[in-house]
Amino acid sequence: MKEFALLFRQPSYDYSNISPNEMQALVKKWQDWVDGIEKQGKLVNKGPRLANEGKVLKSGGVITDGPFVEIREILGSLIVVNADDLEEATTLAHGCPAIDQGGSVEIRPVFG
Amino acid sequence: MDYTNQTLKQLFQQEFSKIVSVISKLYGLQYIETAEDIVSETFLLAAETWGIKGIPENPAAWLYVVAKQKTLYHFRRNKIYEKKVIPELASQKDEENNNSAGPDFSLSNIKDSQLQMMFAVCNPVIASEAQIGLALRILCGFGIDEIAEAFLSNKETINKRLFRAKEKLRNENVKMEMPTEDQLANRIDNVLHVIYLLFNEGYYSRTQNQILQKDFCLEALRLGLLLTENDKTNLPKTNALIALMCFHASRFNARQTKENLLILYEQQNRDLWDKDLIKQGIHYLNLSAHGNELSTYHLEARIASWHCINEDSYTANLTGREKWDDILQLYDKLIKINYSPSVLLNRIYALYRVKGEQSALSEAEKLNFENNHFYFLLLGELYKNIDSVKARINFQKAYSLAKTELEREDIMVKIDKLG
Repeated sequence: MKEFALLFRQPSYDYSNISPNEMQALVKKWQDWVDGIEKQGKLVNKGPRLANEGKVLKSGGVITDGPFVEIREILGSLIVVNADDLEEATTLAHGCPAIDQGGSVEIRPVFG
Repeated sequence: MDYTNQTLKQLFQQEFSKIVSVISKLYGLQYIETAEDIVSETFLLAAETWGIKGIPENPAAWLYVVAKQKTLYHFRRNKIYEKKVIPELASQKDEENNNSAGPDFSLSNIKDSQLQMMFAVCNPVIASEAQIGLALRILCGFGIDEIAEAFLSNKETINKRLFRAKEKLRNENVKMEMPTEDQLANRIDNVLHVIYLLFNEGYYSRTQNQILQKDFCLEALRLGLLLTENDKTNLPKTNALIALMCFHASRFNARQTKENLLILYEQQNRDLWDKDLIKQGIHYLNLSAHGNELSTYHLEARIASWHCINEDSYTANLTGREKWDDILQLYDKLIKINYSPSVLLNRIYALYRVKGEQSALSEAEKLNFENNHFYFLLLGELYKNIDSVKARINFQKAYSLAKTELEREDIMVKIDKLG
């Protein structure tokens, strides 16, 4: 078993039209997804949550308010899972609500 | 705390309005869309975080902290804060607006902000249909899709309508503030009227979605109650409107079948009437009975209260005769302050119950509501026992003009009964 980090990115589109109903459904989706991984005994930890705001320090001492204003996806947060290989970890990433929202999940092996 | 999905929806819905109001009060209504975006982003982060980590002990407080951070970040990042907001606020020299600390989510500020938002949204500069849409969105936190469903419209149309309404708020420079003493009398009427329309939108809704209908009515009731928490807006007519809404809402469970069909008043199972809401209604009706203004809400609440009394429970002193005598008198008064076809028709029905078909018919025949199926329904009802041919003609006219399948079915039954 190896550990893999699943990093999810949410698209930075306009969410202002999302209704309370959809929000409620979204909480459920995240719950179901994480529960599913947990039930298989594959969840290592739920990781920290990142706020969407922040700053980015670039070479030459340039500080910007983050890349999220320039690229289309915002790095949301991450969880760490157990899997035999990258293939299995990728399977676990299926069903992540970020994907339904038009975002993506990046799967990266974690070294000791 | 166990947050089932239904309460989570309510939480998002209620907090939407609170957070948008607080942010808009601090920075001004021109930032109302920014405030909506901030709330949506906050909710999105909540969905992700709560889904993974579990729902926090105090979800509302969690939302306030995140919304506050996002607000401060947004205004700093866009430099709007330094360049525009601060100079403007400094020139106002308003010491209350201690805005560098960010939005204040204390209970009292939330209440003040919501109340001021009510007056802003129910501002006569906005067209009435847009007002209801804006109230549903900003004051009640409904989603655009739900509002579109209620108006049997689509998201784009509703979005455009809300956009124009918000633009109007900006262009007319509507402020988040309580009206002055001398403006209050007029402005409160507008607020009450919007709440009344909101309630009607739910009660006589065009949508088939029962949950949505009930939600609209409960939200209207909630907004009414919010007005009673402030001395300036806790007026007799505010209480009368609340009483009216309680009486009508008490029949919610009795007037619909599981299959979503409406059950007309006469056929309702009285045991399903909500006794608590009726008690509440009587309580607010009593509170409304002072001062020297007799509003349409007073009269309508009194009429509605009669309809909440179960005929079986009439005592010797309280007969059906007294009920209709009183209702007729109330309609006589109502017609003087609120002249409308439906009031006229209802009054004639009351007249029929008090004085019989002939008196009612002589008044009904004077009217000429060519396209109103209630009018022909009433005529049919009045002719029923004296001229079955005329009754049939009128019921048939009503049938051809009726708007819903249920109404048509009901009229068909009446026609069949004529034999």
